[in-house]
Amino acid sequence: MPEVPKRRWFLSGDEAVALACCHAGVHLGAGYPGTPSTEILEAFDAWGGQAQWSPNEKVALEVGIGAAFAGARAVVTMKHVGLNVAADPLFTVAYTGVTGALLIVSADDPGMASSQNEQDNRRYAVAAGLPMLEPSDSQESYDYTLRAIEVSERWGIPVLLRMTTRVCHSKTVVNTPSYPPPPLRDPAFVRDIPSRVMIPAYARSAHRRLRTKLAEIAAWNERQGPNLLIEGAGSLGIITSGIAYQHVREAAPQAAVLKLGMTYPAPVGQMQSFAASVDRCVVVEEGDPFLVEIARTAGIPVEGKPEMYRFGELTVQRVRRIVNRDESPEPPPPPGKPPSLCPGCPHRIVFSALRDLDCIVSGDIGCYSLGVLPPFQAMDALVCMGASIGAGLGMRHVLPPAQARRVVSVIGDSTFVHSGLTGLVEMVYNPPTHGHVVLILDNGTTAMTGMQEHPGTGRRLDHQKTGKFVFEDFARMLGIPQVHVVDPALDPDGFRELLQRCLDSGELCVIIARRNCLLAAASIREYERCENVSND
Amino acid sequence: MFRTTNIVLAGLGGQGVLKASDIIAELAFRAGLDVKKSEIHGMSQRGGSVTSDVRFGERVFSPMVPEGEADYLVVLAKEEVAGNLGMLAPAGVLIEPDKVDLSQLTSRKSLNIALLGVLSRFLEFSEDVWREVILAHFPERLHAANLQAFELGRRA
Repeated sequence: MPEVPKRRWFLSGDEAVALACCHAGVHLGAGYPGTPSTEILEAFDAWGGQAQWSPNEKVALEVGIGAAFAGARAVVTMKHVGLNVAADPLFTVAYTGVTGALLIVSADDPGMASSQNEQDNRRYAVAAGLPMLEPSDSQESYDYTLRAIEVSERWGIPVLLRMTTRVCHSKTVVNTPSYPPPPLRDPAFVRDIPSRVMIPAYARSAHRRLRTKLAEIAAWNERQGPNLLIEGAGSLGIITSGIAYQHVREAAPQAAVLKLGMTYPAPVGQMQSFAASVDRCVVVEEGDPFLVEIARTAGIPVEGKPEMYRFGELTVQRVRRIVNRDESPEPPPPPGKPPSLCPGCPHRIVFSALRDLDCIVSGDIGCYSLGVLPPFQAMDALVCMGASIGAGLGMRHVLPPAQARRVVSVIGDSTFVHSGLTGLVEMVYNPPTHGHVVLILDNGTTAMTGMQEHPGTGRRLDHQKTGKFVFEDFARMLGIPQVHVVDPALDPDGFRELLQRCLDSGELCVIIARRNCLLAAASIREYERCENVSND
Repeated sequence: MFRTTNIVLAGLGGQGVLKASDIIAELAFRAGLDVKKSEIHGMSQRGGSVTSDVRFGERVFSPMVPEGEADYLVVLAKEEVAGNLGMLAPAGVLIEPDKVDLSQLTSRKSLNIALLGVLSRFLEFSEDVWREVILAHFPERLHAANLQAFELGRRA
């Protein structure tokens, strides 16, 4: 384990998590890129940690689970919606527990700066039964990462570190050393079948073990958890957590504050005595009424925020309004210029063709989601990673033939590897009567999140060469009758004609539109040059 | 306790808004102050509106500048001024592209640094440290153009 330097740093919350992972000697970091979580693994790699992108969050969590079964320290990172993908292993690893440490970072996006929903993942802690820490700045992101590792190892339980956009992406001062990294053990396999093999007979007792652990952690959190009590100078008391705490201190400097660091299992006793110590106790939290519900279930009289503040991020102004019970309409945000597909982006040609042919487009998550905006407006549905294929097939199955023949599923390269593979299998297994067309937009990178590698690029997180997933080989292996690989930029008219032919054919077709992202092209050339040099 | 200084930078994706806010934050950090910097990544990379907040002082809480409390509003694109004016405090200073003679810029890409030159006259960081931090944020081949831009703004 490296010596923790005495140093003052200026770090984003993401970087602070990565630094703590380095200082704790975390053996393995896995994840899938997703704003605002992406920089954690990139920074961990840059500081010498073993970090890797998985095809999706479910696989990343499973890799982390294996490492933690083997006694290692593992961190798994993802954005909030990524935890939906990883939810299956999440719920059961809560039962099995872990031998080493398993830290799961969920980076939520209240206000949806770059997401399709603003789900509040604190609900997952309750649903799965996992202890959860919520940092409010980079210093806490650093400290809570170390605390989470400690809790995970002490109770043999995975721990959720729930961050939000403003914590992940704001830079604040971090002083090290602060919270001491717990002593490190070397990974080693120790057989423990009843704990790790979740057949019903073993799972029944595992569930009871989980509840016992949570009860112990609740008692510990009550006495020694990372919760902070700030004396006030008036009758107002505020219970808060995460970034909302920072807004509260500024908006209501006179208020007494109970700031919760571990919000599940919550220190209900502390909340009870705090509420009793003030005349008016308000819970200020971003997103869902999570702490409010915990308080009310325990019979603690608290005031929540008006429903209008459930939507979007909190700010200092909005916290002032909550404290003043101000429910008057808020001024609309300034209009600002929306993002658009880059000038010269190869996706532009594809979306022009989809528009010109009046396709019904089942879209997906990535830069190309911007194909929905003018001048294209060539996207009719977008739900989640990979949904373009299944949703497109569903439309094909039920629409009248004239409309069914116009349906196209459009999905990016990284998104296809993430969760398009099974959609393509579905297409072969349950083919619509009039065929289907899947367009894979392969721009050689995960462009949306900032040019991360994925299995289809054949390079690892650190851009070194590795095994490569080949889209066309996969499609052909499934027996799809038409698999075309084209560069739409070389011949835009030819691309449109090909798309028309595929739609008319009534067969199952995959078109791979391949051209590197403009923003990534120079870096990709450089990586390829380095590979060629090392091969010589 | 001296009060917190609030700076909001605004512009379009690709103009160097985030680089400029990194530089200001680094100056405050080197001066030993508490400092927070906030921004939104993601869709902003695709040419849309971008803003970044920098706050420094003895103790800073929220990383975001509250509306109407910016001491300085630095806007790199003329069309982004109107939408962000509400951030400015009543006695706040607006710094926009017409504060410098753009025809004098070696590279139009250095507009962000030229406007930092203008801002530098209002802040209490020494000129030498400004130069040092700016240089640390660029590869050597861009040093001359950015120093020139800084001077241009500083003397404007």
